[in-house]
Amino acid sequence: MKPAVLTGEYFMTGDVACAEGALAAGCRFFGGYPITPATEIAERMALRLSHVDGCFIQMEDEIGAMAAVLGASWGGVKSMTATSGPGFSLMMENIGLGICTETPCVVVNVQRGGPSTGLPTHGAQSDMMQARWGSHGHYEIIALAPSSPQEIFYLTITAFNLSEKYRLPVLIMTDEIVGHMSEKVIIPEAKLIEIVSRPRPKGRKDRFKPFAPGPNGVAPMPAAGEGYNLHITGLTHDEKGYPVMAVETQTEMVARITEKIQRNLDDIIRTDDFLLDDAEIAVISYGVSVRTSMAAVAEARKLGIKAGLLRLVTIWPFPEHQICKLADRVKGFVTVEINLGQIHREVERCVGGKVPIFLVGHPGGTIIHPDSVVNLLKEAF
Amino acid sequence: MQEIPKPSKKQPCHPLDDLIRTDRIPHIWCPGCGIGTVFSSCLAALKGSGINLGKTVMVSGIGCSGRAAGYVKLDSFHTTHGRAIPFATGLKLANPELNIVVFSGDGDLFAIGGNHFIHAARRNMDMTVICVNNLNYGMTGGQVAATTPYLAKSTTTPVGNPETPFNLPLMAYACGATYVARWTMLHTRDLTDSITEAIGKKGFSFIEALSPCPVNYGRRNKQKPLDMLKVYQKKAIIKNDADPSTLDIDFEKGIILGKFVDVDRPTFIEHYDKIYRPSRLQENVPGLNS
Amino acid sequence: MDFWRVPLDADTIKVSLGIVHILEDRCKGCGYCIEYCPKQALELSTKFNQKGYHPPVVVKPEECVNCHYCEIICPEFAIFSVESPPITEPGRAGTHPNSAIKVK
Ligand SMILES: Cc1ncc(C[n+]2csc(CCOP(=O)(O)OP(=O)(O)O)c2C)c(N)n1
Ligand code: SF4
Ligand code: SF4
Ligand code: SF4
Ligand SMILES: [Mg+2]
Repeated sequence: MKPAVLTGEYFMTGDVACAEGALAAGCRFFGGYPITPATEIAERMALRLSHVDGCFIQMEDEIGAMAAVLGASWGGVKSMTATSGPGFSLMMENIGLGICTETPCVVVNVQRGGPSTGLPTHGAQSDMMQARWGSHGHYEIIALAPSSPQEIFYLTITAFNLSEKYRLPVLIMTDEIVGHMSEKVIIPEAKLIEIVSRPRPKGRKDRFKPFAPGPNGVAPMPAAGEGYNLHITGLTHDEKGYPVMAVETQTEMVARITEKIQRNLDDIIRTDDFLLDDAEIAVISYGVSVRTSMAAVAEARKLGIKAGLLRLVTIWPFPEHQICKLADRVKGFVTVEINLGQIHREVERCVGGKVPIFLVGHPGGTIIHPDSVVNLLKEAF
Repeated sequence: MQEIPKPSKKQPCHPLDDLIRTDRIPHIWCPGCGIGTVFSSCLAALKGSGINLGKTVMVSGIGCSGRAAGYVKLDSFHTTHGRAIPFATGLKLANPELNIVVFSGDGDLFAIGGNHFIHAARRNMDMTVICVNNLNYGMTGGQVAATTPYLAKSTTTPVGNPETPFNLPLMAYACGATYVARWTMLHTRDLTDSITEAIGKKGFSFIEALSPCPVNYGRRNKQKPLDMLKVYQKKAIIKNDADPSTLDIDFEKGIILGKFVDVDRPTFIEHYDKIYRPSRLQENVPGLNS
Repeated sequence: MDFWRVPLDADTIKVSLGIVHILEDRCKGCGYCIEYCPKQALELSTKFNQKGYHPPVVVKPEECVNCHYCEIICPEFAIFSVESPPITEPGRAGTHPNSAIKVK
């Protein structure tokens, strides 16, 4: 039996570090279904949850897994699942239920090449738009992109904290390369890890409204069996949780689930930069491609090209403000991602034609070589 | 002269009003729809079972039957189409103290959600599943279901159903359910008794409740609301412990009703605790919250 | 209730054991309670409720045996029966002419 926080230094894969991050964050339920390259997260959780009085279940499919994760969250437990493209597609409807019912939980997508069964054992970053809009309806989502095993450990904790704070499913959009690479991971002492738990209701139970937003736009959340007689539905509902089939209620509900994110962008959005202060060319990247981009920027600097990196840790909500600001001062942009231009289009939207913008990407299967970025920088600028 | 009680001016309370969200009544079910009767029976069973209703949760999928969760004054979850059982599985595993009742339709539980039913029964997940079988998809306007009789008409089998329907109790039995019964909404008392028994029993319990959908099924198959009830009355054969393989619904020869399975088998959680959380068994920890 | 002797007219006295309450505005007029009342104590009324349905009316209150069947078959939580209050007058077991109480 081991503790929830395995304080120490390890050589770990990204997948295992993700599981350890979840446990450190307080996750006590995992419902999953095996899929390459995310299986190792489930495997790690299957054993480790038993050490911490948690519960693991391998469901019959990813639809069931996602439904069970939501159920467990309403049972009062921090819960998660992990999958890859095909499973992520199957989870979409219930991710929408989680958004609509404001249910905290974490969904990890260890991305592989698609479409369809695609490249099960090779990485890609091509589910980024599915992460944004994969479930039907209009909503906001939070998605984070780690670029190393150490980061996946920390960002999994961040993902739980954000999901609990803002009551919604938070996505970790990693990929096969990070998931399967082994690197040094330092797990700090438990007392140094900040853990956020869902806001809890106070006051009279009979008057409680599970969707009446608090000061930061988020409603406190009780669990089933606590005497609130909750009614939770994926139908359009009022603050009480009752279904109301009216345009006004629809407007109010969608405002609730979008504004709680939009009003807190500063708290949610995380970016990092590298040699960006004096940069004339901004390289925009996230996840594993950050590794490519950092090497490329360093190389470009050696060649006298004033490139810098803006690294998106939070992908959704999109760091529009940061990119718009850059667009006013740099001479050009390069997006680096393993797809044919998903986040690139978002960058384009923010740049708004002010300066030229280029993409370095391919449809998946391997990490992008820094030379492709350096070559583009040399040719284009 | 004897005292004649005066009619009370105040609206008297229906005996089940304390379990209903009266602020949401009238419910959406059509006149003559049997779902309300099955729902009422379920509430009576919940009340009569003596379980802690504060720790009791109703989970529904999508469909007319799935709206039940919206009318019960308990913690209640109206999930996605077919996914009530896996959602309930998560709830139960997160807090094993909860009593779980899944109340949903035949399409929800056995077409789109069939896989989840199979596996929850196999695992012996501790919950009571009540299926309102109205032989079609009521909510979407009367399409063919996995339970629609051979040759019956629906909007998507306009000339007659070419498919063979499920024998639901056989399926539940084959998957490992520890309690299996079938009644019609007309056999309300038996239905209530069965639900009461199922709620009190640990393990995966399944009750099929035949119920009319006069608006979508009845209308296309020349049955007025009362006709269906007459069929239930005339064709019912109560045969407890009948062999599950003989339970195909045959409106000509007869519909076998009764309790068919009542066995004991360790639940998923019991197995899991034994193998993975032996310390929990000693400490008797109720929830997962540490 | 035990009687020290059986009333002479026991076979003619109707023993009403139940009082039926109808929440008229909840009713959707399916008629199930009427059809399946074992005592034919109910009939469809001619009037309309708020929703435009004909709710049942108790036509033979003295017949009600408080079996609750109307209550449990009703899909609308619109009808229920309760036990009649005990009657003190000797020889008249639980009979009163006004045992059906309708409430709007
Ligand atoms: C994923 C998905 N597919 C289809 C639907 C549309 N839909 C709503 S209810 C329903 C059928 C319900 O049938 P059943 O479970 O038998 O319930 P009933 O209405 O007959 O009580 C369907 C197909 C949906 N809501 N979600
Ligand atoms: S459509 Fe059928 S199942 Fe749905 S409420 Fe009406 S009668 Fe009942
Ligand atoms: S309680 Fe029984 S006898 Fe009395 S009205 Fe209802 S169904 Fe008829
Ligand atoms: S069973 Fe209920 S809804 Fe139907 S007629 Fe009687 S009181 Fe009305
Ligand atoms: Mg149906």
